[in-house]
Amino acid sequence: MKINNEHLKELEDEAIFVMREVAAQFEKKVILFSGGKDSIVLVHLARKAFWPAKMPFSLMHIDTGHNFEETLTFRDNLAKELGVELIVRLVQDSIDQGRVSEETGINASRNKAQSVTLLDAIEDLKIDVAIGGGRRDEEKARAKERFFSHRNEFGQWDPKNQRPELWNIFNGHKNFGEHFRVFPISNWTELDVWQYIMSENIILPHLYYTHRRRIFQRNGVYLAWAPFMMTKPSEMVFEADVRCRTIGDITCTGVTLSKAESLEEIVSEIAATRVTERGGRYDDRRSEAAMEDRKKEGYF
Amino acid sequence: MKTNREIKNKSLLRFTTAGSVDDGKSTLIGRLLYDSKSIFEDQMDHIVESSKRLGKEGIDLSLLTDGLRAEREQGITIDVAYRYFATPARKFIIADTPGHIQYTRNMVTGASTADLAVILIDARKGVLEQTLRHSYIASLLDIRHIVFCINKMDMVNYSEEVFVNIRNDLGVLAGKLKIENVYYIPISAKLGDNVVEPSEKMEWYEGRTFLRFIETVEIEKTKNSSEPRLPVQTIIRPLSDEYHDYRGYAGRIAGGTFRKGDTVTVLPSMSRSRISGIDVMGKNLSEASAGDSVSITLEDQIDIGRGDLIVRDDKLPQSGQDISLMICWFNEKPLKAGGRYLVRLNTNEIECIVKTINYRMNIDSLERDYENITINMNDIANINIRTSKPFFFDAYRKNNITGSLIFIDPGTKKTVAAGMIQEQ
Repeated sequence: MKINNEHLKELEDEAIFVMREVAAQFEKKVILFSGGKDSIVLVHLARKAFWPAKMPFSLMHIDTGHNFEETLTFRDNLAKELGVELIVRLVQDSIDQGRVSEETGINASRNKAQSVTLLDAIEDLKIDVAIGGGRRDEEKARAKERFFSHRNEFGQWDPKNQRPELWNIFNGHKNFGEHFRVFPISNWTELDVWQYIMSENIILPHLYYTHRRRIFQRNGVYLAWAPFMMTKPSEMVFEADVRCRTIGDITCTGVTLSKAESLEEIVSEIAATRVTERGGRYDDRRSEAAMEDRKKEGYF
Repeated sequence: MKTNREIKNKSLLRFTTAGSVDDGKSTLIGRLLYDSKSIFEDQMDHIVESSKRLGKEGIDLSLLTDGLRAEREQGITIDVAYRYFATPARKFIIADTPGHIQYTRNMVTGASTADLAVILIDARKGVLEQTLRHSYIASLLDIRHIVFCINKMDMVNYSEEVFVNIRNDLGVLAGKLKIENVYYIPISAKLGDNVVEPSEKMEWYEGRTFLRFIETVEIEKTKNSSEPRLPVQTIIRPLSDEYHDYRGYAGRIAGGTFRKGDTVTVLPSMSRSRISGIDVMGKNLSEASAGDSVSITLEDQIDIGRGDLIVRDDKLPQSGQDISLMICWFNEKPLKAGGRYLVRLNTNEIECIVKTINYRMNIDSLERDYENITINMNDIANINIRTSKPFFFDAYRKNNITGSLIFIDPGTKKTVAAGMIQEQ
C-alpha cells in the first residue's frame, strides 16, 4: 500500500497549526472525545503539536449511555496515558433533570439529546472552546463550516452569518458567554484519516477491525444489536463478520459487513467504497437538513 | 522529513471557483465529482430524490454542493462550500464561492487559500461586469493561475467563433490585470463536454479537458520560499524532569528554510541567537521549510512570546508603523477614516487607526476612484493605517502569510476586512 505523503503532511501541518492557535487564543479548552477514529486522530495531532509538553486540553465525552463497552475502556486508558483530565457528562443526567425528553419509539436515539448535555457542560465548566473532529467532507451542511466556528450565547450556529476565514488567520475573539467550536481536520476526507492512521501507526479500538457481532438490518443499514434496542418483528437479529466505519451512539451507528483485519485492508476497502461513511449514520437519514438543524441547535 | 517526502506521492491542489449567478458553477463541480466517480451512492440517491421533489427535469447536480436548506430552496449558493475529491494524480480542495455581487467577501475568502482560480463564463453572454470583478479579485489575492471555463457551449452550437471571441476579450482583461498564467477551456458542464471526457462536438479544441488540466497544471509552491520566516504561535515548556529546560518556539514556517545552526534574529526585540534544534514530536530535523509546523529551540535564553517573528539574520523583513495596503471591506457599517481596529497579521495582534482612504477601486471599470471614497461592504480600497507599535511584515506579493492581515472590530469582535500589504 502506497501512502500519499505530501498531501497528508500538508494536512497534518495545517491541523497542528490550528491546534496551537486554539492553545494560544482560548482559556478553558476541551477536545470532544467520542472514542471514534476522528477524535483519536485529534488527540494524536494535539500530542504532536505540543510535544514534549502535555497537551493543554482536557478530553470531554458526552456519553449517551448507549456505548460500545470497548470504547469506554479505550477512552479511560488514553486519558490516563496522556495524563490529561477526562470530563464525562451523561445524557441520562440531562434526561433525569428534565432538560431534555427522551425520544420514544422504534427509532429512538439519544443522538440529538447530546446537544443539550454538551451545551450545559460548556456553560457549567465555562468552556470557551471545544475542539471537534468534524470534517467538511462528511455532510453537506458541514461543508460550510469554518475552522473556527463561532457560537452565540445560546450555543447556536448561524450558517448564513459566519465570519470570513482568510489565509491562515483565525479570529477567536468573542463576547462573554459565547464560545467556539474548532475543527482542525476540516480539510481531511475519510480516506485521508485512514491513511494517516496507517502512516502514523495510531492505535484504534478493535471495533474498527473485523469482529463477530449480532446485527440486524433497518432501512438498508446494518445496525449493531444491543439489549436496550427495540426491533420490529420483521427485523431478524443475526451474527456476522462486521466492522464499524464510524463509532458513536450504538443506536445510530451502522456497521459494515467486512473481513478487514488490518489497516491496509481497511484503507483498500474505504478507497473502493461507493457509500459515504455517514450513509451508515441513522441520524442523518431523518431528513435532508437533519445535520444542519442539529448543528444550529448546538450539535457537534 | 526528507525521507518522508521521498515516498512519492500525491500533491494537493487548492482551487477556487467563481462565476455569475446561473453560470453553472455548481453544475461543473457536480459534474466533475460525478464523472470522476467521487459521488457516493447515498449522495446520489439524495440528489435524485431532491431533484424530483423540487420538480427539476433530470438530475440537478448543483444540489450536491448547495448544502444549506435556504440554498436549496432559493436555488442559490450562499456561503463558501469546501469540496474534496481525489484522482490517482492529485487530491483537490475546492472552495466553491457564490457569484452574487453582495458576496464578494466569499470570493476573497475562497481565493485567499487557492493556488488556482476557475472562473466560469456563460458562452451566450461573454465577459460581464462580474467576470471583471472575479478576475480582479483573483489577481488582487495574487493567484497566479487562472483558468476561464467558457460554459454552456451546447447553447451556442459548440461554435468555435464564439469561443475565440470570448477568449480574445479575456486575453485583453488578463493583460490589463497582469495575470501570469491564463488558460481557456470550452465546456458544457451540464452535458459533460470537455469536463472529464473530451467533447466529440468540439473537435476544433485541442487542449486538455478540465479534469486533465487541473491534474497536470504545474503550480509553483515556492511563492513564499525565499526568505525564512517563523511567526511564533506559542511557547512549549514541558517543565518535566526529562525536558526540564526545554523551551520550544512553536509555529508554522511562513517562508524559506531554516537549518540547524542558522543565526536568527527575533523581532521585535532584535535579539540574536542560533538554532539548536528543530523538533517534530521526538524527531530532530536538520532543516524545515515553508509550510512545516515545527518547534524550534535556540542556543540562548531570550525572551520570546506569541506574535514574535523569527527570521534568518540576513533576511530581515520590513518594519514600521505606517503601512499602505489594499483591503476588501466586509462589514455593513462603512469604513471610516479615523476608525480604530485590531489588526492581526498571522499570530501578531495590534491596534491601528485608519489614517487615510486613498482610493476606492471601481471594479467594473478597473479604475481608481479618488472622489467617491465611502467604503461599503464588498468594496475594495487602498488605505493607510498607523499601528500602535512597530510592525514587521513583507509585501503580500513576496509572502502571502507575512503580508496579509485581517481587521477585527473591537466592539463586535467580527472580522471586518482583509488586507494585503503593498510594497512600501
